[in-house]
Amino acid sequence: MSLELSGLINAIHEGLTGAIEAQWLVSLIEYVLVGAGLLALYALIALFLIIFERKICAWFQCRLGPNRVGPWGIFQVFADMLKIMFKEIIPLKHNDKLLFYAGPCIVVIGSFLTFGGLQFAEGVHGVDLNIGVFYLLAVSSISIVGVMLAGWSSNNKYALIGAMRSGAQVISFELSACLSMMAVVILGGSMNLSTLMEKQEDLWFIFQAPVPMLIAMVIYLIAAHAETNRGPFDLPEAESELTAGYHVEYSGMTFGYFYVAEYCNLFINAAIGALVFLGGWQAFHIPGCDGFNAVMDMCPSYVWFFLKCLFFIFMSLWVRWSFPRLRIDQLLHLEWKIMLPFSLFNILLVAVWVIIF
Amino acid sequence: MITYFKNVFSGLVNLCKGMYITMLQFCRPKVTEPYPENRKTRKQFERFRGELTMPHNDKNEHKCTGCGICAMNCPNQTITVTKNKVTTEDGKAKIELDQYLYDLGSCIFCGICTQVCPQNAIAWSTNFEHAVFTKSKLVKQLNKPGSKKEEKPAPVKAEPAEKKEAPKENNDKSE
Ligand code: SF4
Ligand code: SF4
Repeated sequence: MSLELSGLINAIHEGLTGAIEAQWLVSLIEYVLVGAGLLALYALIALFLIIFERKICAWFQCRLGPNRVGPWGIFQVFADMLKIMFKEIIPLKHNDKLLFYAGPCIVVIGSFLTFGGLQFAEGVHGVDLNIGVFYLLAVSSISIVGVMLAGWSSNNKYALIGAMRSGAQVISFELSACLSMMAVVILGGSMNLSTLMEKQEDLWFIFQAPVPMLIAMVIYLIAAHAETNRGPFDLPEAESELTAGYHVEYSGMTFGYFYVAEYCNLFINAAIGALVFLGGWQAFHIPGCDGFNAVMDMCPSYVWFFLKCLFFIFMSLWVRWSFPRLRIDQLLHLEWKIMLPFSLFNILLVAVWVIIF
Repeated sequence: MITYFKNVFSGLVNLCKGMYITMLQFCRPKVTEPYPENRKTRKQFERFRGELTMPHNDKNEHKCTGCGICAMNCPNQTITVTKNKVTTEDGKAKIELDQYLYDLGSCIFCGICTQVCPQNAIAWSTNFEHAVFTKSKLVKQLNKPGSKKEEKPAPVKAEPAEKKEAPKENNDKSE
Protein backbone atom coordinates (compact mmCIF):
# COMPACT_ATOMS: atom_id res chain seq x y z
CA MET A 1 0.00 0.00 0.00
CA SER A 2 1.28 3.43 -0.88
CA LEU A 3 0.54 4.96 2.50
CA GLU A 4 2.82 2.50 4.27
CA LEU A 5 6.25 3.63 5.33
CA SER A 6 7.95 0.38 4.35
CA GLY A 7 7.83 1.39 0.67
CA LEU A 8 9.68 4.59 1.45
CA ILE A 9 12.28 2.73 3.47
CA ASN A 10 12.86 0.24 0.67
CA ALA A 11 13.18 3.07 -1.83
CA ILE A 12 15.83 4.75 0.32
CA HIS A 13 17.68 1.47 0.67
CA GLU A 14 17.64 0.81 -3.07
CA GLY A 15 18.67 4.35 -3.85
CA LEU A 16 21.63 4.10 -1.52
CA THR A 17 22.76 0.73 -2.86
CA GLY A 18 22.48 2.05 -6.39
CA ALA A 19 24.47 5.19 -5.67
CA ILE A 20 27.20 3.77 -3.47
CA GLU A 21 29.36 0.79 -4.29
CA ALA A 22 30.75 -0.12 -0.88
CA GLN A 23 28.29 -2.24 1.06
CA TRP A 24 29.74 -1.22 4.43
CA LEU A 25 29.23 2.46 3.62
CA VAL A 26 25.61 1.85 2.72
CA SER A 27 25.06 0.03 6.00
CA LEU A 28 26.82 2.78 7.93
CA ILE A 29 24.68 5.50 6.36
CA GLU A 30 21.57 3.49 7.03
CA TYR A 31 22.49 2.96 10.67
CA VAL A 32 23.02 6.68 11.11
CA LEU A 33 19.73 7.42 9.37
CA VAL A 34 17.82 4.97 11.55
CA GLY A 35 19.45 6.33 14.68
CA ALA A 36 18.69 9.92 13.75
CA GLY A 37 15.12 9.01 12.87
CA LEU A 38 14.57 7.27 16.18
CA LEU A 39 16.11 10.17 18.09
CA ALA A 40 13.84 12.61 16.32
CA LEU A 41 10.87 10.39 17.05
CA TYR A 42 11.93 10.17 20.68
CA ALA A 43 12.03 13.94 21.07
CA LEU A 44 8.81 14.48 19.15
CA ILE A 45 6.93 11.89 21.17
CA ALA A 46 8.12 13.45 24.41
CA LEU A 47 7.01 16.90 23.24
CA PHE A 48 3.67 15.61 22.05
CA LEU A 49 3.04 13.73 25.26
CA ILE A 50 3.84 16.76 27.40
CA ILE A 51 1.20 18.87 25.69
CA PHE A 52 -1.19 15.91 25.55
CA GLU A 53 -0.86 15.28 29.26
CA ARG A 54 -1.27 18.95 30.12
CA LYS A 55 -4.43 19.15 28.05
CA ILE A 56 -5.94 15.92 29.36
CA CYS A 57 -5.06 16.80 32.93
CA ALA A 58 -6.70 20.18 32.49
CA TRP A 59 -9.86 18.60 31.11
CA PHE A 60 -10.04 16.22 34.04
CA GLN A 61 -9.89 19.25 36.31
CA CYS A 62 -12.48 21.20 34.31
CA ARG A 63 -9.87 23.61 33.00
CA LEU A 64 -8.86 24.43 29.45
CA GLY A 65 -5.13 23.88 29.83
CA PRO A 66 -2.50 25.80 27.91
CA ASN A 67 -4.29 27.96 25.35
CA ARG A 68 -2.14 31.03 24.76
CA VAL A 69 0.85 30.07 22.63
CA GLY A 70 -0.34 29.06 19.19
CA PRO A 71 -3.69 27.46 18.43
CA TRP A 72 -4.89 25.54 21.52
CA GLY A 73 -1.52 26.27 23.10
CA ILE A 74 0.34 23.64 21.10
CA PHE A 75 3.48 25.78 20.87
CA GLN A 76 3.64 26.13 24.64
CA VAL A 77 5.69 22.97 24.84
CA PHE A 78 8.29 24.30 22.38
CA ALA A 79 8.59 27.42 24.47
CA ASP A 80 9.01 25.29 27.58
CA MET A 81 11.62 23.17 25.84
CA LEU A 82 13.65 26.22 24.82
CA LYS A 83 13.37 27.61 28.33
CA ILE A 84 14.63 24.45 29.99
CA MET A 85 17.53 24.21 27.51
CA PHE A 86 18.74 27.69 28.38
CA LYS A 87 18.46 27.20 32.11
CA GLU A 88 21.56 26.99 34.22
CA ILE A 89 22.68 23.61 35.49
CA ILE A 90 23.49 24.41 39.09
CA PRO A 91 26.62 22.53 40.20
CA LEU A 92 26.58 21.06 43.68
CA LYS A 93 29.38 20.86 46.20
CA HIS A 94 30.13 17.65 48.09
CA ASN A 95 28.53 15.21 45.72
CA ASP A 96 29.73 12.55 43.35
CA LYS A 97 30.04 14.52 40.11
CA LEU A 98 30.45 11.56 37.76
CA LEU A 99 27.48 9.61 39.07
CA PHE A 100 25.44 12.78 39.39
CA TYR A 101 25.68 13.49 35.68
CA ALA A 102 25.60 9.82 34.68
CA GLY A 103 22.20 9.38 36.35
CA PRO A 104 20.02 11.33 33.92
CA CYS A 105 21.99 10.02 30.95
CA ILE A 106 21.39 6.41 31.97
CA VAL A 107 17.70 7.12 32.43
CA VAL A 108 17.44 8.53 28.92
CA ILE A 109 19.61 5.80 27.40
CA GLY A 110 17.51 3.13 29.07
CA SER A 111 14.29 4.45 27.63
CA PHE A 112 15.82 5.23 24.24
CA LEU A 113 17.19 1.72 23.84
CA THR A 114 13.67 0.33 23.88
CA PHE A 115 12.87 2.34 20.76
CA GLY A 116 15.22 0.06 18.85
CA GLY A 117 13.10 -2.97 19.68
CA LEU A 118 9.66 -1.49 19.06
CA GLN A 119 7.70 -2.00 15.88
CA PHE A 120 6.12 1.24 14.74
CA ALA A 121 4.43 0.08 11.57
CA GLU A 122 4.47 -2.75 9.11
CA GLY A 123 8.13 -3.28 8.35
CA VAL A 124 9.23 -0.25 10.36
CA HIS A 125 11.39 -1.28 13.28
CA GLY A 126 14.97 -0.90 14.37
CA VAL A 127 16.01 -4.46 15.14
CA ASP A 128 13.84 -7.55 14.91
CA LEU A 129 15.29 -9.55 17.77
CA ASN A 130 14.21 -13.12 18.29
CA ILE A 131 13.78 -12.28 21.98
CA GLY A 132 12.07 -8.96 21.32
CA VAL A 133 9.71 -8.99 24.29
CA PHE A 134 12.51 -9.95 26.63
CA TYR A 135 14.74 -7.22 25.22
CA LEU A 136 12.05 -4.56 25.68
CA LEU A 137 11.42 -5.54 29.29
CA ALA A 138 15.12 -5.77 30.03
CA VAL A 139 16.29 -2.43 28.65
CA SER A 140 13.30 -0.49 29.87
CA SER A 141 14.26 -1.35 33.43
CA ILE A 142 17.80 0.00 33.03
CA SER A 143 16.32 3.42 33.86
CA ILE A 144 16.03 2.47 37.49
CA VAL A 145 19.83 2.28 37.72
CA GLY A 146 19.96 5.91 36.65
CA VAL A 147 17.32 6.84 39.19
CA MET A 148 19.22 5.11 41.99
CA LEU A 149 22.48 6.79 40.93
CA ALA A 150 20.76 10.16 40.85
CA GLY A 151 19.33 9.66 44.31
CA TRP A 152 22.58 8.39 45.74
CA SER A 153 24.93 10.94 44.22
CA SER A 154 22.79 13.96 45.06
CA ASN A 155 23.93 13.75 48.68
CA ASN A 156 20.45 14.72 49.79
CA LYS A 157 18.26 12.70 52.09
CA TYR A 158 15.08 13.42 50.17
CA ALA A 159 16.68 12.32 46.93
CA LEU A 160 18.02 9.17 48.57
CA ILE A 161 14.67 8.21 50.09
CA GLY A 162 12.94 8.93 46.80
CA ALA A 163 15.37 6.77 44.89
CA MET A 164 15.03 3.93 47.38
CA ARG A 165 11.27 4.07 47.12
CA SER A 166 11.51 4.15 43.37
CA GLY A 167 13.81 1.14 43.42
CA ALA A 168 11.52 -0.88 45.66
CA GLN A 169 8.55 0.05 43.53
CA VAL A 170 10.04 -0.60 40.11
CA ILE A 171 11.67 -3.88 41.08
CA SER A 172 8.46 -5.26 42.57
CA PHE A 173 6.20 -4.16 39.77
CA GLU A 174 8.64 -5.35 37.14
CA LEU A 175 7.77 -8.83 38.34
CA SER A 176 4.08 -8.54 37.54
CA ALA A 177 4.76 -6.82 34.24
CA CYS A 178 7.08 -9.64 33.17
CA LEU A 179 4.70 -12.36 34.34
CA SER A 180 1.82 -10.85 32.37
CA MET A 181 4.16 -10.71 29.36
CA MET A 182 4.86 -14.40 29.95
CA ALA A 183 1.18 -15.08 29.48
CA VAL A 184 1.33 -13.41 26.09
CA VAL A 185 4.44 -15.30 25.14
CA ILE A 186 2.77 -18.59 26.04
CA LEU A 187 -0.25 -17.69 23.92
CA GLY A 188 1.80 -16.42 20.97
CA GLY A 189 4.42 -19.13 21.26
CA SER A 190 7.25 -16.73 20.53
CA MET A 191 9.23 -13.82 21.93
CA ASN A 192 9.85 -12.39 18.50
CA LEU A 193 7.67 -9.36 17.96
CA SER A 194 7.28 -9.98 14.23
CA THR A 195 5.96 -13.47 14.92
CA LEU A 196 3.62 -12.09 17.54
CA MET A 197 2.37 -9.54 14.99
CA GLU A 198 1.76 -12.28 12.43
CA LYS A 199 -0.19 -14.28 14.97
CA GLN A 200 -2.42 -11.29 15.59
CA GLU A 201 -3.19 -10.65 11.95
CA ASP A 202 -6.68 -12.14 12.08
CA LEU A 203 -7.56 -11.43 15.67
CA TRP A 204 -5.75 -9.50 18.36
CA PHE A 205 -4.54 -11.47 21.35
CA ILE A 206 -7.03 -9.77 23.62
CA PHE A 207 -9.82 -11.31 21.51
CA GLN A 208 -8.10 -14.64 20.94
CA ALA A 209 -8.18 -15.50 24.62
CA PRO A 210 -10.35 -12.86 26.26
CA VAL A 211 -10.29 -14.00 29.88
CA PRO A 212 -6.58 -14.58 30.53
CA MET A 213 -5.52 -11.78 28.22
CA LEU A 214 -7.82 -9.28 29.92
CA ILE A 215 -6.38 -10.20 33.31
CA ALA A 216 -2.88 -9.99 31.89
CA MET A 217 -3.62 -6.63 30.29
CA VAL A 218 -5.04 -5.10 33.48
CA ILE A 219 -2.08 -6.38 35.49
CA TYR A 220 0.36 -5.17 32.87
CA LEU A 221 -1.22 -1.72 32.74
CA ILE A 222 -1.12 -1.32 36.50
CA ALA A 223 2.45 -2.58 36.74
CA ALA A 224 3.64 -0.48 33.81
CA HIS A 225 1.93 2.54 35.26
CA ALA A 226 3.67 1.97 38.57
CA GLU A 227 7.02 1.65 36.80
CA THR A 228 6.71 5.12 35.31
CA ASN A 229 6.51 6.59 38.82
CA ARG A 230 3.33 8.47 38.04
CA GLY A 231 0.36 9.07 40.28
CA PRO A 232 -1.17 7.24 42.16
CA PHE A 233 2.21 5.50 42.37
CA ASP A 234 4.24 8.70 42.46
CA LEU A 235 5.53 8.24 45.97
CA PRO A 236 9.19 8.40 44.85
CA GLU A 237 8.46 11.98 43.86
CA ALA A 238 5.85 12.71 46.53
CA GLU A 239 6.20 16.45 46.55
CA SER A 240 4.50 16.87 49.89
CA GLU A 241 6.95 14.57 51.65
CA LEU A 242 10.11 14.51 49.56
CA THR A 243 9.91 17.82 47.65
CA ALA A 244 10.64 16.11 44.34
CA GLY A 245 12.27 12.82 45.22
CA TYR A 246 15.32 11.62 43.35
CA HIS A 247 15.60 14.59 40.99
CA VAL A 248 15.34 17.29 43.64
CA GLU A 249 18.93 18.44 43.13
CA TYR A 250 18.79 18.56 39.35
CA SER A 251 18.24 21.70 37.35
CA GLY A 252 18.16 22.76 33.74
CA MET A 253 18.60 20.07 31.15
CA THR A 254 19.72 17.42 33.65
CA PHE A 255 16.23 17.64 35.09
CA GLY A 256 14.90 17.86 31.55
CA TYR A 257 16.39 14.43 30.85
CA PHE A 258 14.39 12.88 33.67
CA TYR A 259 11.33 14.69 32.44
CA VAL A 260 11.71 13.56 28.83
CA ALA A 261 12.46 10.01 29.91
CA GLU A 262 9.36 9.95 32.09
CA TYR A 263 7.14 10.86 29.17
CA CYS A 264 8.87 8.52 26.79
CA ASN A 265 8.51 5.69 29.29
CA LEU A 266 4.82 6.47 29.30
CA PHE A 267 4.82 5.99 25.55
CA ILE A 268 7.01 2.89 25.68
CA ASN A 269 4.75 1.17 28.18
CA ALA A 270 1.72 2.01 26.08
CA ALA A 271 3.52 0.80 22.97
CA ILE A 272 4.51 -2.54 24.50
CA GLY A 273 0.95 -2.99 25.74
CA ALA A 274 -0.42 -2.15 22.31
CA LEU A 275 2.02 -4.51 20.60
CA VAL A 276 1.29 -7.56 22.66
CA PHE A 277 -2.37 -7.13 23.57
CA LEU A 278 -4.00 -4.99 20.89
CA GLY A 279 -2.17 -6.27 17.86
CA GLY A 280 0.37 -3.47 17.47
CA TRP A 281 0.15 -2.07 13.98
CA GLN A 282 -2.34 -4.71 12.82
CA ALA A 283 -5.69 -3.34 11.79
CA PHE A 284 -8.84 -4.48 13.54
CA HIS A 285 -9.95 -7.62 11.74
CA ILE A 286 -12.87 -9.95 12.21
CA PRO A 287 -12.21 -13.36 10.67
CA GLY A 288 -14.72 -14.03 7.92
CA CYS A 289 -15.81 -10.44 7.25
CA ASP A 290 -13.64 -9.69 4.25
CA GLY A 291 -15.37 -6.43 3.33
CA PHE A 292 -14.99 -5.06 6.85
CA ASN A 293 -11.36 -6.15 6.98
CA ALA A 294 -10.61 -4.44 3.68
CA VAL A 295 -12.08 -1.18 5.01
CA MET A 296 -9.98 -1.48 8.15
CA ASP A 297 -6.86 -2.06 6.05
CA MET A 298 -7.32 1.30 4.36
CA CYS A 299 -5.91 2.93 7.46
CA PRO A 300 -2.09 2.78 7.41
CA SER A 301 -0.51 0.56 10.03
CA TYR A 302 1.36 3.33 11.89
CA VAL A 303 -1.94 5.13 12.45
CA TRP A 304 -3.33 2.00 14.05
CA PHE A 305 -0.25 1.67 16.20
CA PHE A 306 -0.26 5.25 17.44
CA LEU A 307 -4.00 5.21 18.03
CA LYS A 308 -3.65 2.16 20.26
CA CYS A 309 -0.75 3.81 22.07
CA LEU A 310 -2.83 6.93 22.60
CA PHE A 311 -5.61 4.81 24.02
CA PHE A 312 -3.29 3.28 26.59
CA ILE A 313 -1.70 6.63 27.38
CA PHE A 314 -5.13 8.11 27.91
CA MET A 315 -6.00 5.27 30.30
CA SER A 316 -2.81 5.97 32.20
CA LEU A 317 -3.58 9.69 32.48
CA TRP A 318 -7.13 8.91 33.48
CA VAL A 319 -5.88 6.76 36.35
CA ARG A 320 -3.28 9.33 37.27
CA TRP A 321 -5.81 12.11 37.69
CA SER A 322 -8.38 9.93 39.47
CA PHE A 323 -6.71 8.37 42.47
CA PRO A 324 -4.83 9.63 45.50
CA ARG A 325 -1.26 8.55 46.16
CA LEU A 326 -0.62 5.17 47.78
CA ARG A 327 1.52 4.64 50.85
CA ILE A 328 4.62 2.48 50.41
CA ASP A 329 3.14 -0.41 52.42
CA GLN A 330 -0.11 -0.25 50.45
CA LEU A 331 1.91 -0.23 47.26
CA LEU A 332 3.94 -3.29 48.18
CA HIS A 333 0.81 -5.02 49.48
CA LEU A 334 -0.84 -4.42 46.12
CA GLU A 335 2.09 -5.91 44.27
CA TRP A 336 3.15 -8.88 46.39
CA LYS A 337 -0.17 -9.98 47.82
CA ILE A 338 -2.59 -9.20 45.02
CA MET A 339 -1.02 -8.74 41.62
CA LEU A 340 1.68 -11.36 41.89
CA PRO A 341 -0.66 -14.26 42.86
CA PHE A 342 -3.08 -13.20 40.18
CA SER A 343 -0.45 -13.06 37.47
CA LEU A 344 0.98 -16.43 38.53
CA PHE A 345 -2.50 -17.91 38.38
CA ASN A 346 -3.02 -16.22 35.04
CA ILE A 347 -0.01 -18.01 33.56
CA LEU A 348 -1.57 -21.29 34.60
CA LEU A 349 -4.87 -20.20 33.09
CA VAL A 350 -3.35 -19.22 29.79
CA ALA A 351 -1.43 -22.48 29.59
CA VAL A 352 -4.64 -24.44 30.10
CA TRP A 353 -6.36 -22.21 27.57
CA VAL A 354 -3.66 -22.86 24.97
CA ILE A 355 -3.93 -26.64 25.51
CA ILE A 356 -7.74 -26.70 25.30
CA PHE A 357 -8.30 -24.35 22.34
CA MET B 1 -9.59 -16.53 51.51
CA ILE B 2 -13.11 -15.47 50.62
CA THR B 3 -12.60 -12.04 52.17
CA TYR B 4 -9.41 -11.72 50.14
CA PHE B 5 -11.25 -12.16 46.84
CA LYS B 6 -14.10 -10.02 48.08
CA ASN B 7 -11.69 -7.23 48.89
CA VAL B 8 -9.91 -7.47 45.58
CA PHE B 9 -13.09 -7.36 43.55
CA SER B 10 -14.81 -4.70 45.59
CA GLY B 11 -11.58 -2.72 45.28
CA LEU B 12 -11.68 -3.08 41.51
CA VAL B 13 -15.32 -2.06 41.41
CA ASN B 14 -14.59 0.98 43.55
CA LEU B 15 -11.70 1.99 41.31
CA CYS B 16 -14.03 1.79 38.32
CA LYS B 17 -16.54 3.98 40.15
CA GLY B 18 -13.83 6.54 40.83
CA MET B 19 -12.79 6.53 37.20
CA TYR B 20 -16.40 6.93 36.14
CA ILE B 21 -16.65 10.07 38.29
CA THR B 22 -13.51 11.57 36.83
CA MET B 23 -14.77 10.75 33.35
CA LEU B 24 -17.92 12.74 34.11
CA GLN B 25 -15.69 15.66 35.07
CA PHE B 26 -13.72 15.19 31.87
CA CYS B 27 -16.86 15.59 29.79
CA ARG B 28 -18.26 18.55 31.72
CA PRO B 29 -18.05 22.03 30.21
CA LYS B 30 -14.86 23.73 31.33
CA VAL B 31 -14.93 26.52 33.86
CA THR B 32 -11.86 28.44 32.73
CA GLU B 33 -12.66 32.04 31.75
CA PRO B 34 -10.70 32.93 28.61
CA TYR B 35 -10.44 36.40 30.05
CA PRO B 36 -9.45 39.05 27.56
CA GLU B 37 -11.44 37.35 24.80
CA ASN B 38 -14.67 37.09 26.74
CA ARG B 39 -14.47 40.60 28.15
CA LYS B 40 -17.78 41.53 26.55
CA THR B 41 -19.75 38.45 27.55
CA ARG B 42 -18.13 37.69 30.88
CA LYS B 43 -20.51 37.68 33.86
CA GLN B 44 -19.24 38.99 37.16
CA PHE B 45 -20.68 37.92 40.49
CA GLU B 46 -23.14 40.47 41.74
CA ARG B 47 -21.69 40.77 45.21
CA PHE B 48 -18.12 41.08 44.01
CA ARG B 49 -16.47 44.11 45.65
CA GLY B 50 -14.52 45.65 42.83
CA GLU B 51 -14.50 49.36 43.46
CA LEU B 52 -16.35 51.82 45.66
CA THR B 53 -18.77 54.05 43.78
CA MET B 54 -21.27 56.70 44.62
CA PRO B 55 -24.40 56.18 42.54
CA HIS B 56 -25.76 59.36 40.97
CA ASN B 57 -29.25 59.73 39.56
CA ASP B 58 -30.16 61.30 36.22
CA LYS B 59 -30.14 64.82 37.66
CA ASN B 60 -26.52 64.34 38.79
CA GLU B 61 -27.53 64.03 42.41
CA HIS B 62 -26.14 61.74 45.04
CA LYS B 63 -27.33 60.84 48.50
CA CYS B 64 -24.20 61.62 50.51
CA THR B 65 -24.62 64.20 53.26
CA GLY B 66 -20.94 64.48 53.93
CA CYS B 67 -21.33 63.23 57.49
CA GLY B 68 -17.99 61.42 57.34
CA ILE B 69 -19.13 58.28 59.15
CA CYS B 70 -17.68 56.11 56.43
CA ALA B 71 -14.29 57.86 56.68
CA MET B 72 -14.31 57.44 60.44
CA ASN B 73 -15.04 53.74 60.22
CA CYS B 74 -12.61 52.92 57.49
CA PRO B 75 -9.74 50.92 58.97
CA ASN B 76 -7.24 52.25 56.44
CA GLN B 77 -8.24 55.87 56.17
CA THR B 78 -8.95 55.24 52.57
CA ILE B 79 -11.79 57.72 52.44
CA THR B 80 -11.33 61.44 52.85
CA VAL B 81 -14.48 63.54 53.08
CA THR B 82 -14.17 67.29 52.81
CA LYS B 83 -17.16 69.47 53.55
CA ASN B 84 -18.33 72.93 52.59
CA LYS B 85 -20.39 75.19 54.80
CA VAL B 86 -23.03 76.89 52.68
CA THR B 87 -25.85 79.20 53.49
CA THR B 88 -29.16 78.35 51.97
CA GLU B 89 -31.63 80.88 50.58
CA ASP B 90 -33.60 80.99 53.80
CA GLY B 91 -30.44 81.93 55.68
CA LYS B 92 -29.73 78.56 57.32
CA ALA B 93 -26.15 77.31 57.56
CA LYS B 94 -25.79 73.89 55.98
CA ILE B 95 -23.01 71.40 55.56
CA GLU B 96 -22.53 70.03 52.11
CA LEU B 97 -20.18 67.49 50.61
CA ASP B 98 -17.28 69.07 48.77
CA GLN B 99 -15.01 66.21 47.80
CA TYR B 100 -15.32 62.52 48.44
CA LEU B 101 -11.87 61.02 47.86
CA TYR B 102 -11.40 57.27 47.72
CA ASP B 103 -7.94 55.74 47.48
CA LEU B 104 -8.22 52.42 45.71
CA GLY B 105 -4.59 51.68 46.48
CA SER B 106 -5.15 51.38 50.21
CA CYS B 107 -8.67 49.91 50.25
CA ILE B 108 -8.89 46.40 51.61
CA PHE B 109 -12.43 45.90 50.31
CA CYS B 110 -13.77 45.11 53.76
CA GLY B 111 -17.08 46.76 52.97
CA ILE B 112 -17.46 48.52 56.32
CA CYS B 113 -18.01 51.88 54.62
CA THR B 114 -21.05 50.72 52.72
CA GLN B 115 -22.43 49.05 55.83
CA VAL B 116 -22.19 52.10 58.05
CA CYS B 117 -23.39 54.75 55.65
CA PRO B 118 -26.75 55.92 57.01
CA GLN B 119 -27.81 57.34 53.65
CA ASN B 120 -26.95 54.32 51.56
CA ALA B 121 -24.96 56.70 49.43
CA ILE B 122 -22.07 54.47 48.43
CA ALA B 123 -22.15 51.09 46.72
CA TRP B 124 -19.84 48.51 45.22
CA SER B 125 -19.32 48.16 41.51
CA THR B 126 -17.99 44.93 40.05
CA ASN B 127 -15.33 46.56 37.91
CA PHE B 128 -11.97 44.94 38.60
CA GLU B 129 -9.71 46.29 35.89
CA HIS B 130 -7.85 48.77 38.07
CA ALA B 131 -4.38 48.67 36.60
CA VAL B 132 -2.84 52.13 36.09
CA PHE B 133 0.71 53.33 35.61
CA THR B 134 0.82 55.93 38.34
CA LYS B 135 -0.20 55.44 41.91
CA SER B 136 -1.82 58.84 42.14
CA LYS B 137 -4.43 57.81 39.60
CA LEU B 138 -5.79 55.34 42.12
CA VAL B 139 -7.16 58.18 44.24
CA LYS B 140 -10.58 58.88 42.85
CA GLN B 141 -13.16 61.51 43.52
CA LEU B 142 -16.46 59.71 43.82
CA ASN B 143 -18.88 62.63 43.73
CA LYS B 144 -19.15 63.83 40.18
CA PRO B 145 -18.21 67.47 39.51
CA GLY B 146 -21.20 69.75 39.84
CA SER B 147 -23.31 67.16 41.56
CA LYS B 148 -25.34 67.97 44.62
CA LYS B 149 -27.23 66.29 47.36
CA GLU B 150 -30.48 64.68 46.39
CA GLU B 151 -33.31 66.60 48.03
CA LYS B 152 -35.49 64.46 50.16
CA PRO B 153 -39.21 64.76 49.57
CA ALA B 154 -40.67 67.07 52.19
CA PRO B 155 -42.95 64.63 54.09
CA VAL B 156 -40.07 62.40 55.08
CA LYS B 157 -39.02 64.77 57.85
CA ALA B 158 -42.45 64.60 59.37
CA GLU B 159 -42.61 60.83 59.50
CA PRO B 160 -39.98 59.33 61.73
CA ALA B 161 -41.14 55.83 60.86
CA GLU B 162 -39.62 56.01 57.44
CA LYS B 163 -36.33 57.20 58.80
CA LYS B 164 -36.03 54.05 60.77
CA GLU B 165 -36.56 51.95 57.75
CA ALA B 166 -33.68 53.43 55.87
CA PRO B 167 -30.82 51.85 57.86
CA LYS B 168 -32.56 48.50 57.68
CA GLU B 169 -32.37 48.59 53.93
CA ASN B 170 -28.70 49.35 54.34
CA ASN B 171 -28.01 46.25 56.25
CA ASP B 172 -29.84 44.08 53.82
CA LYS B 173 -27.78 45.32 50.96
CA SER B 174 -24.40 45.07 52.48
CA GLU B 175 -24.87 41.66 53.96
S1 SF4 C 1 -13.94 48.86 51.95
FE1 SF4 C 1 -13.00 49.09 53.95
S2 SF4 C 1 -10.96 49.87 53.48
FE2 SF4 C 1 -12.15 50.14 51.62
S3 SF4 C 1 -12.93 52.21 51.78
FE3 SF4 C 1 -14.51 50.89 52.67
S4 SF4 C 1 -14.07 50.85 54.86
FE4 SF4 C 1 -12.24 51.66 53.85
S1 SF4 D 1 -21.00 58.18 52.04
FE1 SF4 D 1 -22.50 57.90 53.63
S2 SF4 D 1 -21.31 57.75 55.51
FE2 SF4 D 1 -19.93 58.54 53.95
S3 SF4 D 1 -20.04 60.74 54.20
FE3 SF4 D 1 -21.56 60.23 52.66
S4 SF4 D 1 -23.45 59.93 53.79
FE4 SF4 D 1 -21.82 59.91 55.29
